[in-house]
This record gives sequence, C-alpha cells and structure tokens, in this order.
Amino acid sequence: MSDVADRVRKIVVEHLNVDGEKVVEKASFIDDLGADSLDQVELVMAFEEEFSVEIPDDAAESIQTFGDAVSFLTKAVG
Amino acid sequence: MFDLTGKRALVTGASGGIGREIAKALAAAGATVALSGTRVGALEDTAREIGKDCPILPANLSKLDEVDKLVPAAEAAMGGLDILVNNAGMTRDNLFMRMKDEEWDEVIAVNLTAAFHLNRAVLRGMMKQRFGRIIGISSVVGVMGNPGQGNYAASKAGLIGMNKALAHEVASRNITVNSIAPGFIASAMTEELNDKQREAILSTIPANRLGTAQEVAACAVFLASDAAGYVTGHTLNVNGGMAMI
Repeated sequence: MSDVADRVRKIVVEHLNVDGEKVVEKASFIDDLGADSLDQVELVMAFEEEFSVEIPDDAAESIQTFGDAVSFLTKAVG
Repeated sequence: MFDLTGKRALVTGASGGIGREIAKALAAAGATVALSGTRVGALEDTAREIGKDCPILPANLSKLDEVDKLVPAAEAAMGGLDILVNNAGMTRDNLFMRMKDEEWDEVIAVNLTAAFHLNRAVLRGMMKQRFGRIIGISSVVGVMGNPGQGNYAASKAGLIGMNKALAHEVASRNITVNSIAPGFIASAMTEELNDKQREAILSTIPANRLGTAQEVAACAVFLASDAAGYVTGHTLNVNGGMAMI
C-alpha cells in the first residue's frame, strides 16, 4: 500500500465516517461510501490541502472512486 | 440576548446607513467586524463609532478583481470568517422604456454579481469550520416591484432566489443563508422627501412611520446568532406591515 493511498484513505474515512476496510480501489464515493455531491467537493478540497495541489474542476469530476483519487494524486505529486 | 463573542464578520456597504448600523450592532453583540465600502473616510467613521479594532477593507464592488480580494483580505485580517453580510447596493432608477443597458448592468453587477462572488468565496472556510451565517440585504422592492426600478427590483429578487438555492446546498454544513427585505427606512434619501411625498408613502405603511436602520440591524444580529441556527432560506420582511408576505 502506497503512502498516497494511506493518506487518501485517512481523509475518506474521517470525512465520510466509514470503515477503512470499505475504502477499496473500486469503491465509489457516492454509490458505495454514502457521499453526496457536496461531500465530493469537500473531499477534493481536503485532497488539495493534504497534497498541496490544485485539482481543476474537470479532473475533480473524474475522481469518482478511491482508486481514481489515488491514481490522480500519485501522478499529481509525482 | 444574541451573543456573537468570538465571531468574525464582514459587512459590505458599511460606510453609511443600514450597513453602518449592522456593523455597529454586530460589534455590540461581540463580533469582530471588517468594514468594506468605497469611501475610506466614512468607513473610518464607522470604526470610530464602534470603538473597537475593525479591519477596514475598501473595495469597489463593480470591479470583480476588487470583489475577489475582499474575502481573502477579511480572512487574513481576522483569522477566518463566520458571518458575511451582503449589504452594499446601489440604484440607477429609470423607467423601463428608457433604461439603458449600462444602468441595468451596473446595478446587477454591484447588487447581485458581487454578492454571488462573495458568497462563493466564503464557502470554503465556512464548510471547513462547519459554521457560517450569510445574510443578504434585499428590499421590499425585490418582493413587490416598484416603478422606475426594474434593475434594482431584479437584483434584489435575484439575491433572495440565489440565497435560497445556496441555503439548500449548505444547510447540512451548519451554514445558514438568509435575506432581509427592508421597506422604507429613514435615511438621508428619505429626509429629502417633501411632506406630500412623505404622506403618500406613509399611507401605504400600516405602522404609519418609516423604519430605522437599527431595526434592520437587529434582524441581522438575530440571523447571525446561534439562536437562528434553524432559520435558513428565509426572507425577513422588515417593512412596518407594508407587505405581509
């Protein structure tokens, strides 16, 4: 498990108040983890802060699952 | 009764009239209040009347680059922001058939577009801290219309609709978004009315008097307080009964 994935999982668990074991690669924030659209915006804000990156709107929309977030952020902090 | 100790507020149009009274009332309830407006001297007068340290943040709200600097400046000056009062407003009256595009655009820009930008700018901080109070100063004219004020009425009705939409979006984050719609409030402008004009206006107001800026400010203090935590998307009409809606 990469360091990026750990940090992303921590944010997701804290923010959505879900069990860490449910935060798997294919887990959709909205469909599987109970997020609403505003939660999703807040998650992106939290990722931006944690990783000191800016996530443009079109990229933010493409981040639907835990795996999407990890792969985007892994590239972004590269 | 409504304690705002430790809260940080930004009031636009705080150089005079209703805005100055709102700033004073929020400060009197314990808030730190950043004052914005176009006239620095008048803002300094407001700060002196408040008698506490108030960040003074001059901005011309018809210029979006100045609008967009305002919230970051207020957050930097006070370490965050809990209360936003979109009070700044202007009129450019004209009969509809004669209204110029510039008159329309300028009023919409200052009264509505600036409020949109400021609302959007405060959300990130308020969402993170899970607390926020956004208050828009609308007008009875936005609710009822008024001849010669098509632009102003549109901007003030727009403010109410915008605030209701935003209230839906952020209610679950403990952020409330409300509007206050004052009726005829005593001001420098109403002092210029002659007796006949005054009579005509008063005949439409059941309370038979003009309102005071303090009476509007008191509503802002309530909506900003913890006591109003369950009030959102509301429009508080402060008009002496002139429009009971």
